[in-house]
Amino acid sequence: MILDSKVPSGPIQDAWDNHRFNIQLVNPSNKRRFKIIVVGTGLAGASASATLAELGYEVHAFTYHDSPRRAHSIAAQGGINAAKNSRNDGDSVFRLFYDTVKGGDYRSREANVYRLAQVSNNIIDQMTAQGVPFAREYGGLMANRSFGGAQVSRTFYARGQTGQQLLLGAYQQMMAQVNLGKVKLHTDQEMLEVVLKDGEAAGIVTRDLTNGQVRSHSAHAVVLATGGYGNVFYLSTNAMACNTTAIWRAHRKGALFANPCYTQIHPTCIPQADEFQSKLTLMSESLRNDGRIWVPRSTTETRRARDIPEAERYYYLEEKYPAFGNLVPRDVASRNAKTVVDAGQGVGPLKNGVYLDFATAIGRDGRDAIEERYGNLFEMYERITGEDPYTTPMRIYPASHYTMGGLWVDYNLQTTIPSLYAAGEANFSDHGANRLGASALMQGLADGYFVLPYTIGDSLSAKLGTEPLATDDPVFKEAEKDVNDRTQRFLNIGGTKSPDYYHRELGKIVWEHIGMGRNEAGLTQAISEIKAIREAFWKDVKVLGNGDSLNSSLEKVGRVADFMELGELMARDALDRSESCGGHFREESQTDEGEALRNDDDFKHVSAWEWQGDADTPQIKHKEELEFEYVKLSQRSYK
Amino acid sequence: MSTELNLTLQVWRQPGPDAPGSFVTYEAKGIPDDSSFLEMLDIVNENLIERDVEPIEFPHDCREGICGTCGVMINGRAHGQEKATATCQLHMRKFNDGDTIVIEPWRAAAFPVIKDLIVDRSPMDKIIASGGYIYAPTGTAGEANETLVPKEAAESAMDAAACIGCGACIAACPNSAGQLFTSAKLWHLNSLPQGQPERFQRVESMVHTMEQFFGACTNHGECAEACPKEISLDFIAYMNADYMKSKIKNRAKSAQI
Ligand SMILES: Cc1cc2nc3c(=O)[nH]c(=O)nc-3n(C[C@H](O)[C@H](O)[C@H](O)COP(=O)(O)OP(=O)(O)OC[C@H]3O[C@@H](n4cnc5c(N)ncnc54)[C@H](O)[C@@H]3O)c2cc1C
Ligand code: FES
Repeated sequence: MILDSKVPSGPIQDAWDNHRFNIQLVNPSNKRRFKIIVVGTGLAGASASATLAELGYEVHAFTYHDSPRRAHSIAAQGGINAAKNSRNDGDSVFRLFYDTVKGGDYRSREANVYRLAQVSNNIIDQMTAQGVPFAREYGGLMANRSFGGAQVSRTFYARGQTGQQLLLGAYQQMMAQVNLGKVKLHTDQEMLEVVLKDGEAAGIVTRDLTNGQVRSHSAHAVVLATGGYGNVFYLSTNAMACNTTAIWRAHRKGALFANPCYTQIHPTCIPQADEFQSKLTLMSESLRNDGRIWVPRSTTETRRARDIPEAERYYYLEEKYPAFGNLVPRDVASRNAKTVVDAGQGVGPLKNGVYLDFATAIGRDGRDAIEERYGNLFEMYERITGEDPYTTPMRIYPASHYTMGGLWVDYNLQTTIPSLYAAGEANFSDHGANRLGASALMQGLADGYFVLPYTIGDSLSAKLGTEPLATDDPVFKEAEKDVNDRTQRFLNIGGTKSPDYYHRELGKIVWEHIGMGRNEAGLTQAISEIKAIREAFWKDVKVLGNGDSLNSSLEKVGRVADFMELGELMARDALDRSESCGGHFREESQTDEGEALRNDDDFKHVSAWEWQGDADTPQIKHKEELEFEYVKLSQRSYK
Repeated sequence: MSTELNLTLQVWRQPGPDAPGSFVTYEAKGIPDDSSFLEMLDIVNENLIERDVEPIEFPHDCREGICGTCGVMINGRAHGQEKATATCQLHMRKFNDGDTIVIEPWRAAAFPVIKDLIVDRSPMDKIIASGGYIYAPTGTAGEANETLVPKEAAESAMDAAACIGCGACIAACPNSAGQLFTSAKLWHLNSLPQGQPERFQRVESMVHTMEQFFGACTNHGECAEACPKEISLDFIAYMNADYMKSKIKNRAKSAQI
């Protein structure tokens, strides 16, 4: 299979313009004759649905949530990047592009990233017009801040609730189209199959989560904007329901899955308190601007943090990286936390965290200043841990947060299945091996507002005058039967352990071997362990209740089954990629200073994996070679 | 180290929308006081599954107090007794060993039970669809900084926009009124320069849609007490003022046509 990225030729600055000129358009009066299914109503899905409907298409939007507003995008805190250079600090489209390619450790497609930087400014304009209450300066202009170690202030924010406000903006814009009858909204519907006719996407099969009804929906094109798969780790900062099923089902139908091993572990989350913990809470990265990270030098330390003298504290980031200190990129901060905890220097009752200490900042700026900056975060921390961070240092530890991998898409965001598109975190497109802070919101909205609505016309125009496939076509009936059979199979296993038990066990393997540090022996072991647990799961999982009413165990069990297969592919991908890059750290491949060491000769490519028909036959890898014409390849260094 | 609690739960169980429901008593033993309220329910459910009893269905997703999915009546109060705290943010250290906890779904005629503690809150989306937006199709927007928004206006809009749409206000209200939810969205949009052109249209249609589903407001203030985001009762007053004005403004507008 040849992976054609469809990247336009010519100078990168003109690529997107030229491409828009060259692709097929659909005449305005013909748009209403096309039906488009959008699965997902997060930032990517809601913005796509609203925009496609405004353009005139008939849109059907699906979400498993009871309201589109509950998509996981709602939880993003920090902000959204744009290249407005509104601080006059030297930012530009080119700099945002450059930072993103470099931050992704040279494993993304230049043309896509350039386009992302180009449309970033339109997103802020669009969202402001939508009524998003971005933070303002006293003069009434937009405020922004530097975020995640960026050297310019390009992050726009709405308190600590940027994702919430952006999602509400996109959701409201979509609801206006629902009111006009242009978007038909299907809530509480989980997509469980993508349906193909003659190799092309023809629709989806869904299950109504409130009553179990299984239905087919057909369309001229299907968009998956179904979010990331960070919950493969079980414990993550993602919402409980986030899962891989939509993109995994598409993968099983032939869509290539790109770079599954590229996952991001966020350094500042509250450590696990006990075995029953269900999720980890992110503490905003902005805390690293003022907090100092340390652990006791001694592994047998028992004193309270306050009573440990300066000389016996190990400020490991400040010592190892004098230039960046506590503001090193996420992957570096995370890995170093793991190193000290593994060495037995961890803090807290389970010795599974590091301190993030505000004493110096409070001494310097006063308690009020710190309260103004981080008051709501401190409150949230205290609510969860029962400890007061003004007087006791916070305890933090890395957790799974974001997945850069996803369905392979070309420049049009089309997957390897014609007429099937992927947008937002669900695709692999723009972040390479590591995502910069405040860039996921930007990418989701870029895809949904400014890319997909144009590029989708290219494949649609050829279908003018055709009707969507009838839902009584045998391909739909077969897919419905598959969904029903799978439901029955789960209900019939009658084993001994809950889906959560198996999810937890899977998560332990993924975290241990495909987490912050990876090596050949561990990955090989992970593959066999996951296989074993997958086999046990299919014999021993227990799902009570029935298939015709709300049954969250049944929802869960299908998602866990797909996570098992995905986990195995992650391990294979990580094993195959014997270099380190961004969030993928192969212990065998590091510099003398312990930094990720790339191998550009052998791995300057996207690994896109093709399903081979069943879970026991390993996927086959296809390569998309990456070219770097505008950003020179170099070794990252944060010393 | 965390200590462990032994609790008695009385939980509303209802197999489906049309089936009768009732309270069922469960013992919740060995609950770490570090766990959240929902993790306590997770533990109870794991035990139920072990004993082949169908687990309790409860609403949740982000478990960070932002998605608005969670929400149950805890000892008769929406989201429990802690102020400004969504159910998922409530921690067991706020309870005592030996406590009995009564857990029910949101109670409101417009929120029918789907199963156990999960209700249908779709009328809230209908209120938004009827006008809770600024009509600005993609691509039409000018440069964001061309419209200045005073810092105070942005902050005040944000106070209102912080609503998570959980429905606690409606569940807490003796009349099941939707005023706090609706007025929060109205103030968010009506207080911003971008929201002015549709301001009076918006208030009229949102209030009318609200009245189709929810009861009348008689100023009890239970809504604001229950609100996990401390949305202010003031917004209701602003909404009422705008609604009065809309009667004149919208009529004047239609007379011009
Ligand atoms: C705690 C946290 C903080 C973050 N902070 C930031 C930040 O400050 N800045 C930043 O840029 N990024 C941040 N991110 C990342 C960012 O929020 C996400 O990457 C982004 O919002 C994903 O948007 P999305 O539209 O792709 O997917 P989502 O918002 O996850 O939406 C997925 C949608 O798909 C639906 N769906 C999924 N599967 C199915 C199915 N099978 N059937 C039907 N519907 C389905 C869901 O119902 C939902 O509507 C943060 C992430 C987390 C976890
Ligand atoms: S689960 Fe999201 S607000 Fe409680």
